[in-house]
Amino acid sequence: MLRIAKLPIAVFALAIMVFPWTAHRIPAIEHYPDIMVFAGIYCLITMGLSLLMGYAGQISIGHAAFFGIGAYISAILTTNYGMNPWACMVIGMAVTAVVAVLVGAPSLKLRGHYLAMATLAFGIIIFIIFNEEIEWTGGPDGMSGIPGLTLFGFEFNSVERYYYLVWGFVIAAFIFTVNVIQSGTGRALRAIHASEPAARAMGVDVSRFKILVFVYSAVLASLAGSLYAHYLNFVNPATFDLFFSIKLLIMIALGGMHNIWGAIVGTGLITFLSNEWLHYFEEFEVIVYGAILLFVTVLLPEGLAGVPGIVKGWFRR
Amino acid sequence: MEKITLASQLLQYLITGLTVGSVYAMVAVGFNIIYNVTEIINFAQGEFVMLGGLIMVFMNVAMGLPLILAFPATIILVTLVGILMDRLAIRPIRRPSVLTLIIATIAVSILIKGTASFIWGKDPFDLPAFSGRNPITFLGAVVQPQYFWVMGFLIVTAVALSVFFDRTIIGKAMSACADNPDAASLVGINVKQMILLSFALSAAIGAVAGITVTPISLMEYDRGAMLAVKGFGAAILGGLGSFPGAILGGLIMGSIESFGAGLISSGYKDAFALIVLLVILFFKPSGLLGSIEISRIKRF
Amino acid sequence: MTLRRIFIIATICFFGMGLLISQANALDEAYKVGAVFSVTGRASFLGDPEKKTVEMMAEKINAAGGINGKKLELVIYDDEGDATKCNLAVKKLITRDKVCAVIGPSLSGLSLAVIPVAEQNKTPLVSCAASYKIVHNEKTGKPYHWVFKTPQSDSMAVEAIYTHLKNRGITKIAIMSVTTGYGASGRSELIRLAPEFNMNIIADEKYGPKDTDMTAQLTKIKGMAPAAIVNWSIGPTQVTMIRNWKDLGMTAIPLYQSHGFGSRKNIELAAGAAEGVLCPLGACNIAELLPADHPQKSVTMDYLKSYTAKYNEPLSSFGGHGWDALQLVVDALSAAGDDKAAIRDYLEKKKGFVGQHGIFNFSPDDHNGLSKAAFSMVIVKDNDWALVD
Repeated sequence: MLRIAKLPIAVFALAIMVFPWTAHRIPAIEHYPDIMVFAGIYCLITMGLSLLMGYAGQISIGHAAFFGIGAYISAILTTNYGMNPWACMVIGMAVTAVVAVLVGAPSLKLRGHYLAMATLAFGIIIFIIFNEEIEWTGGPDGMSGIPGLTLFGFEFNSVERYYYLVWGFVIAAFIFTVNVIQSGTGRALRAIHASEPAARAMGVDVSRFKILVFVYSAVLASLAGSLYAHYLNFVNPATFDLFFSIKLLIMIALGGMHNIWGAIVGTGLITFLSNEWLHYFEEFEVIVYGAILLFVTVLLPEGLAGVPGIVKGWFRR
Repeated sequence: MEKITLASQLLQYLITGLTVGSVYAMVAVGFNIIYNVTEIINFAQGEFVMLGGLIMVFMNVAMGLPLILAFPATIILVTLVGILMDRLAIRPIRRPSVLTLIIATIAVSILIKGTASFIWGKDPFDLPAFSGRNPITFLGAVVQPQYFWVMGFLIVTAVALSVFFDRTIIGKAMSACADNPDAASLVGINVKQMILLSFALSAAIGAVAGITVTPISLMEYDRGAMLAVKGFGAAILGGLGSFPGAILGGLIMGSIESFGAGLISSGYKDAFALIVLLVILFFKPSGLLGSIEISRIKRF
Repeated sequence: MTLRRIFIIATICFFGMGLLISQANALDEAYKVGAVFSVTGRASFLGDPEKKTVEMMAEKINAAGGINGKKLELVIYDDEGDATKCNLAVKKLITRDKVCAVIGPSLSGLSLAVIPVAEQNKTPLVSCAASYKIVHNEKTGKPYHWVFKTPQSDSMAVEAIYTHLKNRGITKIAIMSVTTGYGASGRSELIRLAPEFNMNIIADEKYGPKDTDMTAQLTKIKGMAPAAIVNWSIGPTQVTMIRNWKDLGMTAIPLYQSHGFGSRKNIELAAGAAEGVLCPLGACNIAELLPADHPQKSVTMDYLKSYTAKYNEPLSSFGGHGWDALQLVVDALSAAGDDKAAIRDYLEKKKGFVGQHGIFNFSPDDHNGLSKAAFSMVIVKDNDWALVD
């Protein structure tokens, strides 16, 4: 999907802006904007991850770590040292970028399973650190009392305000990512995914691009983490465990790996499933996730984003 | 209570490390079987271990079968799960790529875990030890007889598999599929059947590991994930695809964990083995006993 | 491609169904009380008995005519041990379900996370989690206005253990803890209160909740020859640890467990190794051992009988926290109706409440109402509990 139309983006942005107003009118879904805030935060992560996996063909089973690093840096610096939350967000992104380079540079030389294992190990090590360094992170019980976000005196202290803040970021990141995909960088990424030796032969600096995408996805995850920390006013290590990294994979696989819209759709669906709809089947939640993932992998490799293509196929018959 | 000497302490860490390492080694061997035939890494390998333990408990406790009967019955059941996994999750994938296959095995692993929690609940279960619980004292260290069962089964498994892959026709056919499935099918090997067999074998070995370790450390529904990660690490440490490597890797992983917990910091125990793994991955991905040429030839 | 078509139609139906199911509840003439427990997930050993207990109680109350003639309607959500879900659940209970009070959460971290929600929405929250920080605002030194808790604090359990050790003349101890919230909290109390009781902690070992072997840590401790070991964990690790302790031949060193040990199933799983292990337990764990004139005797025996009869499983002390929380709210509703502020005021003034885990005396400075008297020291003897002085 190299050519991404502008109209759907505008329509989408409009729908997002109008949603809270609509939700307020329907009692059954009055609390949906609350869930949408989390969906938006997760979308930031999955957009970057989708770029990494779908376009550059690299696997990461440890992205929860970057989400966590952003969250904890924001949490620690604002709660214990009283620093400005926005500055901490940027610091978090910078630190994450550095970590991503340190981890990414040696890892991205690895292929396939080795890369999966490296990211998996990295994710688990970071999780253990969050749990163990009690003086800094509060350990398994987490850190509470994290301040909210304010901008020139305007407090983001209600669900609606945070909703617009988060989705503003999401739409901005979306447009930026789309531009990346349609630029020379995007073409280079697709070339790398298709065949690394061929891309190298064409003069593409494979390592540089792979690391670039990895860092980009890590930085977006860090931003998401900071937003999460300031919304919930609480973080604990359990949020950033292996299962969350796997959930991110499910979101992308469900939506469609090779399509940036897929990330948004898949994330939205899984977030609502997990926080709202599956409450009626709570014992089955893990089974449902496994079933969805298996179903999609085997029967619908292009995810839900591939559905329009399939439907068009029917009409051609 | 007399103080024990440092030497005895170290010996104790070593014995614990070797026992825990034997379980990792069996998981790693299971990984290698599937990898050798299909070049897939099976993230659900740890779940076979978990199922082995829990189904054995069901056979022995709920159905009252004596251990000697419950053992093969459990292995057959878990092998069936392995076969199901191949048929329903792996074979139907039309355009297998590394990403798709890894995700498929992850999907199966959470599916198995979810089903296990649904059937058995969250509590841990116990099995009676095969030959009693009287500890054996050895140079100041204390060894449970069950430890010997675990290590013993590892040795038996390793020997049996070596014989199988090197000396029997089927074993050689399986290895042929790994190198080049097209060539293998040209000479008449039914590649799909070999793949099925590899999953079945892997599941069986996982089950053995689960059954032998449950009397020591109980078994519950979510033990599988960490076992898979560490077993995977052991396999890579030893060199992906190499059986002696898997055993060596498993024993080393277990020992690092044990010594790390005892001598450095028990909170970071899991991290030690993983950090060593990362170091190996970054500097010698072919592992201790693998070779670089072979890892380059592999498709994945 | 029929499989694909079927799948697509199924997906659309599935999500359509999801939307349809999320209808608002019909409004009732009833007292609505909300509850958030970690019924599934990593803390299900807490939330599951808590949920079962409050459901059992609500059934009983409604069968007997309700509270002042009105039905008691419980709205229970499962937060699965997850902070995000817990936050969403509490907000949903308050804004959409419009409950008059919230019981739970089961976990300390999550309780701390939702305190701002309760305070902002002026809704009473009776937590079933143990951390003293839930009822102690570090900035003001006083409890949060709307938040109460029913479990004893870990500090009280530690005090009970340390008092017993002190009476035995023991000062050199080793501690072990699991790296979860439960273990970390116990460990920090053990360390904090050690100087007060002259305890010298010579070893401080940890292990993970999924660990299957603690011989490395115990070997290290054996090498340091302490006079007693205190272990703070919950779940299978507390049993594995006992087995390792016996296997390593360390039974000469007395072993104290945390109050999380309080279930006969643990003794069973330890396969005989638990003989001689000590732990502090709340009254509801040892209902049968209490003397007939003990003030909590009838309330705890009643709970024991009803729970085991209805659910066919052994009693869990954590369910008792749920019992205490709901009964407090029910008493408040009975006396003051469902005005949130009235409930809060009633709770704050409540004295002499006979609960499962102790006799509660609340006050504006104490929103927990318990002291170390809520614990009795118990020893495992002949595969069962026995009181110890």
